[in-house]
Parts: sequence; C-alpha cells; structure tokens
Amino acid sequence: MTSLRHQPLAHLALAARREPPVADAGVTLRALPYRPSIILRGESGDAGFVAAFRAGMGFELPLDPNRISSHDGVTALWLGPSEWLILGAMGPAGQGRLATALTGHHHAIINNGDGQQIIALSGPRARDVLGKLCPLDLESPDLAPGHCARSILARCSILLHPQPDGAYHIHVGRSFADYAWRLLADAGLTYGVAVASGD
Amino acid sequence: MLLLSCPWCGDRSEQEFACGGEAHIVRPLAPEDLDDRAWGDYVFMRRNEKGLHFERWRHVHGCGRWFNVARNTVTHEILAIYQVGDDRPELPE
Repeated sequence: MTSLRHQPLAHLALAARREPPVADAGVTLRALPYRPSIILRGESGDAGFVAAFRAGMGFELPLDPNRISSHDGVTALWLGPSEWLILGAMGPAGQGRLATALTGHHHAIINNGDGQQIIALSGPRARDVLGKLCPLDLESPDLAPGHCARSILARCSILLHPQPDGAYHIHVGRSFADYAWRLLADAGLTYGVAVASGD
Repeated sequence: MLLLSCPWCGDRSEQEFACGGEAHIVRPLAPEDLDDRAWGDYVFMRRNEKGLHFERWRHVHGCGRWFNVARNTVTHEILAIYQVGDDRPELPE
C-alpha cells in the first residue's frame, strides 16, 4: 500500500529538480525521508532511570549538554537536562523496547510522528551558508561531530546535528520546512546550490 | 546584542533567549488572605530598576531551561548568571 504520509516539502517538487552532484556547487541540499523518532523525558540526576536506559538500549544516555551517543543504529541527542531526541529504530517495536526498559522509572516517551523534517546541508561551503542564518559559533569544538545544538535559523527554531563528513542535519518543525529550505537555497546562491535525492 | 551564558549550553546569542522579567517574585502562600492592593502589587508592580537588575531568562530556542541573570540595565553588563531558586548573588560594588 502506498504511504499517504504527506512530505512537508512535497509542494516544492524536489524530485523533479534532482540533479547529479555538480562539480562546482558549493552546497548540496537534501530533504531526508521520514524516520520515526521520539522525545524521551526523564531526569539526568535519576541514577535508576539512566541505568535502566543503559541496560535496555545497550549504550549510555548522553548526560553532558549538547552531546550525542549512539549504538546499533539508535542515536540519542541531548536537548536539555531532562530531554533527549532518540533517532533510528524508533518505530512501534523500538518504542516498546524502550518503554519496557524504563518501566518503573519516572519518564515519558513522546512520539514525534512526522512532525519534523530533516534537511541535510553538505558541500564545501555548508558552514558558510549556515553561518549566514544561525548565530552559533560553527567553528567551536562544541559543534564538532558528536555534539548537537538547538538554535535558530533566521526566525525558526532548529536542532543542528553536525555529521562526521562535515555536513549538517538541520531538524525543523514540519510547518517551518518550506521556510527553512527556501532560506538555505537562497543563502547558498552565492556558492551554487545542488539539490540531491532525498534517500 | 547580548551574549548570554546558559548554565547548560554555554555562550549563546541573545536571539536564542526570551526574557521573563524581574526575578525573585514569590507567589503569596495564602492569596485568599490578600486584599486587592497586595494582590495587585504581586501581579503587576515591578521595580523597573535603572542599574542593577535581577531578571529571569529562558533559553527558549535551546535547552528550554529558565535561569536568573544579574544585569546592569544601563551598560547591559552581565554581572552574574545563577540558577532559579538560588539567592541573589553577592556582587562587588
């Protein structure tokens, strides 16, 4: 059965604009396909909660601000001292496994549904384009891969997730996806923008 | 533009924050015992200091946490940043 899930950027007809990576494009924009994710709430200071997560998921929940940890296709991003984004393998089975692991500990698992769109910004000038729109110090070691940060892109709230290859994954609320995409495409014009396949 | 140091996230631009007004305003324990003037004072009256001001900020486009800031409203100098619930810090004159 065809999925009826509406992609937040469907109206831009990005598929029709996909081009092979251009040699002189400074940045490449890519709308990533939907992936299930959840918000996990719980207290960093609750040793039982932290230990239960480790026992159930096989890796440590990041307790230091703006850090990321991952294991076996699941990634946990620190959003606040009592809040994490869990990416990857968070369909019904994954959520069930997490809920079972945390049973008896004060927590909340909130399904993000398809409320978020991830835009991947890559290429040699990715940092320059992002720097036009975001007040973060992008050269800081606090934004090396393994870190993440919530901030703003012009006037909309984002979660910035730097990738090991120098690209950035930018998470925006789905109703801001159009705004964020058009801003990034405009900011990249100076360097040349390529649109890549979403997969 | 201010550079505020979030107690969790470190130095961030003022654009990521929202100011929540004067800090250390305690909700009366028995509001039903207050007359209208005392309740009005609690709800509406603020010091509006020129100079040293203790105020609440929230890292709304970041970790979402509230914290307190001691700021000079004339020079915009940030004199202290401390946790909600802590007492006003001792500041050098």
